[in-house]
Amino acid sequence: MELTLEQIIVPSEDIVARLIEDDLIIVPLVAGIGDADDELYTLNETGKAIWSLLDGEKTLGSIAEELSREFNAAPGEIEQDLLGLAGELLLRNIVVAR
Amino acid sequence: MSYVQRLEPHEFTLGGGKKLLLGQIDIELTERCNNNCVHCCINLPEHDPDALKREMSTDVVKKILTDAANLACMTVRFTGGEPLLRPDLAELYLFARRLGMMVVLFTNGRLITRELAELLAKYPPGRVVEISVYGMSAESYDRVAGHAGAFVEFRRGIELLLEYKIPFIVKAPKLQFLNDEHEQFEAWAATIPAMDNIPGYSINFDLRSRRDNLAKNTHIITLRATPEKTVALLSRNPGYLSDMGQFCAKFMRPAGDRLFSCGAGHGTCIDAYGQAQVCLPLRHKHYSVDLQEVSLKRTLEEMFPAMCEMKVTNPDYLRRCAVCFLHGLCEQCPAKSWAEYGTLDTPVEYLCEVAHAQARFLGLLNEHERAWEVGDAKERVAAFVAQHWPDGQTAEG
Repeated sequence: MELTLEQIIVPSEDIVARLIEDDLIIVPLVAGIGDADDELYTLNETGKAIWSLLDGEKTLGSIAEELSREFNAAPGEIEQDLLGLAGELLLRNIVVAR
Repeated sequence: MSYVQRLEPHEFTLGGGKKLLLGQIDIELTERCNNNCVHCCINLPEHDPDALKREMSTDVVKKILTDAANLACMTVRFTGGEPLLRPDLAELYLFARRLGMMVVLFTNGRLITRELAELLAKYPPGRVVEISVYGMSAESYDRVAGHAGAFVEFRRGIELLLEYKIPFIVKAPKLQFLNDEHEQFEAWAATIPAMDNIPGYSINFDLRSRRDNLAKNTHIITLRATPEKTVALLSRNPGYLSDMGQFCAKFMRPAGDRLFSCGAGHGTCIDAYGQAQVCLPLRHKHYSVDLQEVSLKRTLEEMFPAMCEMKVTNPDYLRRCAVCFLHGLCEQCPAKSWAEYGTLDTPVEYLCEVAHAQARFLGLLNEHERAWEVGDAKERVAAFVAQHWPDGQTAEG
């Protein structure tokens, strides 16, 4: 599924996200999230910043704007990161698109 | 560029490798068991009224799980007794999973129902289920378990796990009268998808950890493998010598005079009544904390470190164990001493003999030598490591 900046993505109910120390750990709750049932995931710094803004109300576009302001970065660059992460999370069923 | 990194549980480190206060928590959900195994060190009858009255409520277990998760705990091990005797097992399991914890389930498998198998299939534990096996026939299994019909129920549980593709491994007690079945057991174990090695055996059976049944202790002693048989069993693994080379490089050094020279107190085990213990088999009131009175965090940060600073006072231990270089091989610890003698620092003669037999087999000791009297222990260990694990380095002694 191709994501656009107009879409909203939210963490799936089939995972549990845990902030441990400074690491965001994603624990699959149901079968079929990863290749094996004992896999865990973590996000890099960019991923963590984006994840914290997935509140179910903001579109990917508005998240890109917010991050662009916060990090004083070019919107195009942020959008690329955002769509890259969102696509990867969607592929792994860690988020769902609305 | 990938934004998501996949972590295998065994490579799971946090905060740049910073050690967590609580990586895993063991919760003994009950001491009751539907088996009455001949060698068991803890079981109470299935319907024991006193245990039923005193066991933690569902809410208490949930509170402990929540507190553990808040301390970044990633794994809970539900054990017993037989944890599936608790009617709230499925509820507690799902609660732990929804906290983002992985669950290790220790069970004899007899009470696995289709509903539980469906739950485990839908919400995988993230760790293999561990099944204790007490025989390969109804006659032998029921004899060990002390319960007619137990084998049939065990087999039904196994079939459900296989049907729902729940990863599980099997392990067994090494009982003399099951010797004829071990080949059959290992051949069967090799067909289990998650088994990637020969099954683990319990060999040197512990005595009753609550010191509650001295008659049973007498019987357990008769079931233990002799030191020579223990060595024979351990050494049949083809990788045994290289494994021991690596092991010796890391762990062979004297225990010193600290009472807890093991990993006790780093993490915790909760008994069926809500007492946090420094280790699961050590049922000593001075080394456990009531979690109704003290928080889990304070227990781990303040109470356990203070307990683990305790020193040995027994002169015999100080003369022998404290300076013995077989410390790594020997299972001597306060829990074993407590179960055997009701003290925390009395050398357990059986464990000492097993460690000496193993050291003789490895060429670390000569016949009739006592390890605590050996003057060139470091050199002997270094030579053994150099021969069997050439890439390793001898641990600093």
